[in-house]
Amino acid sequence: MSRRLTRPADVGEIDLLGAGMEELTGIASAFGLSLKEAEVVKGYFVGLGRNPTDVELHAISQLWSEHCRHKTFRGIVMDEDGKGIVDDILSSYIARATEKIGAPWVVSFLEDDAGVVRFVDGYGVAVKVETHNHPSAIDPFGGAATGIGGVIRDVLAVWADPIALVDVLCFGPPDIHQEIGEFLHPRRIARGVVDGIGYYGNNVGIPTVAGAVCFDEGYVGNVVVYAGCLGLLPLDRYARNPRSGDALVLIGNRTGRDGMGGASFASSSLSGKVEELRPAVQIPDPIEEEKLLRFVSKVRDEGLASAITDLGGGGLAVAAAEIAGRASSGCFLDLDAVHVREEMKPWEILVSESQERMLLAAPSGNLDRVMDLAEEEELEASRIGSLTGTGIFEASHEEATVMGISVEFLLHPPKSVKVARRRRVREFDLGMPEPTSVEGALLELLSSPNVSSRESLIRTYDFEVRGNTAVKPLEEPFGGPNDAAVIKPLDERREGIVISVGLKPRYSRISPYWMAASSIEESLRNNVAVGGRRMAILDNFVWGSPEDPDNMWSLVEAARACHDLAMAFGTPFISGKDSLYNESPLGPVLPTLLITAVGLIPDVEKSVTVSLKNKGDSIYVLGTTRKELGGSEYYALRGAGWGHVPKVKPDESKAVMDCLTAAIDDGIVMAAHDVSDGGLGVALAEMVLSSGLGMEVSLRSVPGDLVKRDDYLLFSESNGRFIVEVEMGSEGRFEEIADEKGCTYARMGRVRGDRLQVEGYDGRTIIDLGHEELRDAWRREQW
Amino acid sequence: MVRVAVLRVPGTNCDRETARAIEEAGAEAFVLHVGQLERGEEDLMNYHGLVIPGGFSYGDRIRAGAVLAARLGSKLDEQIEEFAASNRPILGICNGFQVLVELGLLPGFEGCRAALAPNESAHFECRWVWLKKTGSCDLAIGPPLQAMPIAHSEGRLVFSSPSCLEKAGSAGLIVYRYAKPDGSSADGEYPYNPNGSQGDVAALCNPSRMIMGIMPHPERAIYNWQTPLRLRPPAGLGIFRALISAAERSL
Repeated sequence: MSRRLTRPADVGEIDLLGAGMEELTGIASAFGLSLKEAEVVKGYFVGLGRNPTDVELHAISQLWSEHCRHKTFRGIVMDEDGKGIVDDILSSYIARATEKIGAPWVVSFLEDDAGVVRFVDGYGVAVKVETHNHPSAIDPFGGAATGIGGVIRDVLAVWADPIALVDVLCFGPPDIHQEIGEFLHPRRIARGVVDGIGYYGNNVGIPTVAGAVCFDEGYVGNVVVYAGCLGLLPLDRYARNPRSGDALVLIGNRTGRDGMGGASFASSSLSGKVEELRPAVQIPDPIEEEKLLRFVSKVRDEGLASAITDLGGGGLAVAAAEIAGRASSGCFLDLDAVHVREEMKPWEILVSESQERMLLAAPSGNLDRVMDLAEEEELEASRIGSLTGTGIFEASHEEATVMGISVEFLLHPPKSVKVARRRRVREFDLGMPEPTSVEGALLELLSSPNVSSRESLIRTYDFEVRGNTAVKPLEEPFGGPNDAAVIKPLDERREGIVISVGLKPRYSRISPYWMAASSIEESLRNNVAVGGRRMAILDNFVWGSPEDPDNMWSLVEAARACHDLAMAFGTPFISGKDSLYNESPLGPVLPTLLITAVGLIPDVEKSVTVSLKNKGDSIYVLGTTRKELGGSEYYALRGAGWGHVPKVKPDESKAVMDCLTAAIDDGIVMAAHDVSDGGLGVALAEMVLSSGLGMEVSLRSVPGDLVKRDDYLLFSESNGRFIVEVEMGSEGRFEEIADEKGCTYARMGRVRGDRLQVEGYDGRTIIDLGHEELRDAWRREQW
Repeated sequence: MVRVAVLRVPGTNCDRETARAIEEAGAEAFVLHVGQLERGEEDLMNYHGLVIPGGFSYGDRIRAGAVLAARLGSKLDEQIEEFAASNRPILGICNGFQVLVELGLLPGFEGCRAALAPNESAHFECRWVWLKKTGSCDLAIGPPLQAMPIAHSEGRLVFSSPSCLEKAGSAGLIVYRYAKPDGSSADGEYPYNPNGSQGDVAALCNPSRMIMGIMPHPERAIYNWQTPLRLRPPAGLGIFRALISAAERSL
C-alpha cells in the first residue's frame, strides 16, 4: 500500500530517502535510533517509495525504544572475540525457567502488562513492578507518584482490581557531603519520592504494604524507584480477544504536552541540566485514576470490551500498536478525536505520556454502554478510531493520512548486538580486627541507614485502606519490621496473598551472580517467614548502559542466576522489567535486581509476625552461619570492600523453608524473622524491639562453618537462615519436623525478661541491652 | 430491614469496607454515587441511615472534605436537611467527619464552629491508636477502651473558642478521645494523640446525638485478622451496630 500522504501544515516531512550517511546519522540521533535502526527505517520507506512524516518517525522512535521493546534483553550478546554468549536473555534464562518449571498456578507470564497467578475460587492475582528512575531523579515527587500511577494501570490492563502497592527505593547515602553537581541531594530526593508515593497511593486508596529502602553511593546520581501493584481478577472475566472492526476508545485524562517522549528519555543516560528535562516528567492525578479503577471494574464485569491497555511509555502510539498487534490487525486513529488539554501537533498527541489514560477496544455495539459508564464515573472518553484488517497503523489529522506503517514493522525492531567483557570474580577476606565491644557494633549497625527503622516513612503510607491488610508492614504497636505483608482479598475466603521482596545490590560489587541469587532467596525466605508458599516471582533489573561491556557481563551473570535459582526453587518468573541506561556523570548505577515474591497462605489467621509473643518460649536458629561478610552491612560500615559474598545453597534453603512452613502449619511457631542485613545480631534485636519482651540466647550452639568469632557469627549475612520462636512445650515436635525436613537448626535460648542478652562463643555475656537502648539506636535516623 | 446509604464521589476510597462493616452489623448497605442523588435516580429518604466514608474526596483539594461538602451543600442541601430532620442517623468517618464539619452539621451547637486542621506532624500518618469513650451518642456503643487505626493528614480538631471544647465535653458530645494503652488520658502526647487534636478529641456527636464524626476507622477494626495481636479484640463493629439501632427507629 503506497498511498500518497497529503500533509497538513503542522505535520513535517523528513527527507530520509535523500539522506546520505551524514544526514542519516543526524536523523538517527534526533529520533533516538541507532544508525543501524535508521538504515532499516530508511529501507522501509524506500520500499514505500516516500518519505516519512514526523508523526511516523516519532512513533518509531518510541516503539523501538529500549523502554518499550527491551532490545537488550531480546538481543544478542557476544564476548569481545565475537563469540556468542546468549541470544535473547529473556527467553533463554527467564522465560525458559518458567516454562521448564511448568507450575500449574501460573496463568500468564511475561506476555501481558502484568503476570497472573491463580488464587482461589476462580480468581487470579495480577502483579507488576515497574521502575521510574529517571523521572524521580528530576522531579522526585512527580516521578515517584506517576510511577505508582503507571503500575496501577498495568494491573488494570489485565482487568484486575488493584489491591496492594509495593515500593522499593534506593538512594545515595543520606549523609553524603561530596559535590554532587547538578544532582539533587539524596535526602531531598528521598523526601520527595516518599511524599509522592504516599500522595498517590493514599489518594487512590490502595494500601502500600511492602517495600524496602537501600542506601549506597552507587545511587547518588542514579536514584532507583521501584513501584509495584497487585490486583485481583475473576479469571473468567479476563478479556483479550480484540478483533478487526472493534472501536478504540480513549478514556481518562486529557492528553497534554507533559511527559513528551518519556520512553526514549527513559532509555538514555541522564545528563545535563535537570531543569531542561522537566517536560519529560508527567503530572500525577490520583483522583482521575480512582475513577478509572471503578470504570475498568464495571466494564469488565459487564463484559463490554475485547481488550484494554494502559497508556504508558510511548503513549498512544505504543498502546494502539500493541492492541493491534494482539489482534493481528491494523488500526486507524483519528488524532483530532483525542480529547486534549491544549493545542498540540499530531506527533505530540501520538506520543504524549499524559497520565491516567487507558485505551479500550470494544465491539461497536457496546460503545454506548461504555460511554455511559464513563459518564457515571465522571470520566472523559472519546472514540478515537478502530481496529482494521489492513495490518497498517494508520493515523489521520484534518482528514489527511499522516501515518501509515505496518504494525509488524513497528513492533519488531532489528535485533541488537551487545558485547560483554568477562570479569573474573575473586573473593578474598582480609578480615577485620575484632571490635572491643560487640554490643557497640550491634548498636552501630542498628542505627545505620540500611538497617534502621523505616517506621516514620511507612506510616506516611496508608497500609490499611480497604480493610484487608492482615499482616502489616509494621508490627503494632512498636513498629517492628514484618518480613512480608498479607492481604486477605476475598471476604468469603480465609486465604491470603503474601507479598515480599528481596534486594541485595551491594553484593553485585563482588559477584552479580550471587547478588541475584541472594535477592531471589531472600524474597522467598521473607515470604515463608510469615507463612507464604506456592510462590511466583518478578524480576526488575536496574543497570547502567548496556553499551558498556562490563555492565553487559554483569547483566548476563545476574540473568543466569535468575534461571538457575528459579529452577532450583521451582519458583516461576511471571513478570519482569528492565531499566537500563541508568547512567549519570557520576557513573553507572550499582547493578540492582529487585525480586518480588507473591505467595499464598491458606489461612490469614495463621500468619506469623516478627514480634516475640510469650515468655518461656524457645528461640531457634535455622540454617548454617558461614563466614560470609562480603558486601555485608558490618563490613560496609568499616569500609571493607572484601569478603566472601553470601552464596545460596538451594537444598539447604529449601529444607529450612520447608521446616518453617510445616511448623507454622502445625501452629507451634509464635514468631519468625529472616536473617539478612546485619545478620543474626540485627534479626534478634528486631524481634525484641518489636515486642515488649526480651530474650536470652547463646551463640555457642549456632550451627556454623568454621566461624568462631562472635562478631562474625552475629553479623555474617549467610542466606538460608531464620530465627524462630517456638511455643513452650512444643520443642520436641519442632525438632521432629526439622529432622524430618533435613533442616539444620539449634536452640539458642528462650524468651525471657525484657532485655536482649547474648552469650558469646566463650560463654561471656557480650550483649545486654534494654528496649530503650535498642530503640534509641534503631530509630536514630528519621525519614 | 434497615437500609444504609454509603456515599461516594471521585476519591472516596473506603466505601467498600464500610459497606461490608454495615452488612456485618446486620443492615443492608448501598453505595451511592452522589451523582445518582443529584440526577434523582436515588432518593436519600429511601434509606434509614447515611454514612460518609473515608478517602480523599476530590483529592482533598482546598481543604479535606471541602469540595464534597460544597457539592453536597449546593445540590443536595435540602435532601440532607430533610434526612437529618427526620431523625435518621448520619455517620462521617475520617474524610466523612471532615465533610460534616465543613457542612456545619458538626459540632452543631450555637456559637461554635470547628475545623479538622493539618496534623501537628504536618504529614499523613497511619497508625493504630487507643480510644477512650468519654461521651454518649446514639451512634456509639462498645467498650470503654478500644483500638482503631487512623490514616489522615488533617485530623487535628480545633474549636472556634476554648469554651466550645468545654461545652462539648460537659454535654458529653466528645464521644471518643485518644488515650494511652492503659486508658489514661493522652493529654496531647504523641503518638497516643496522633494529630494534636484539642482535648484529644477523636469523635464528636451533635446535640441531637444522631450525627457523629470520627477520625479513626472503625471499619478497619471489625475482624480479628485485621487487628494486630496486641490490640485485640476489635470493637469497631459496635459503632455500626449503634448506627443501625438508631436507624431502626425510622423503619
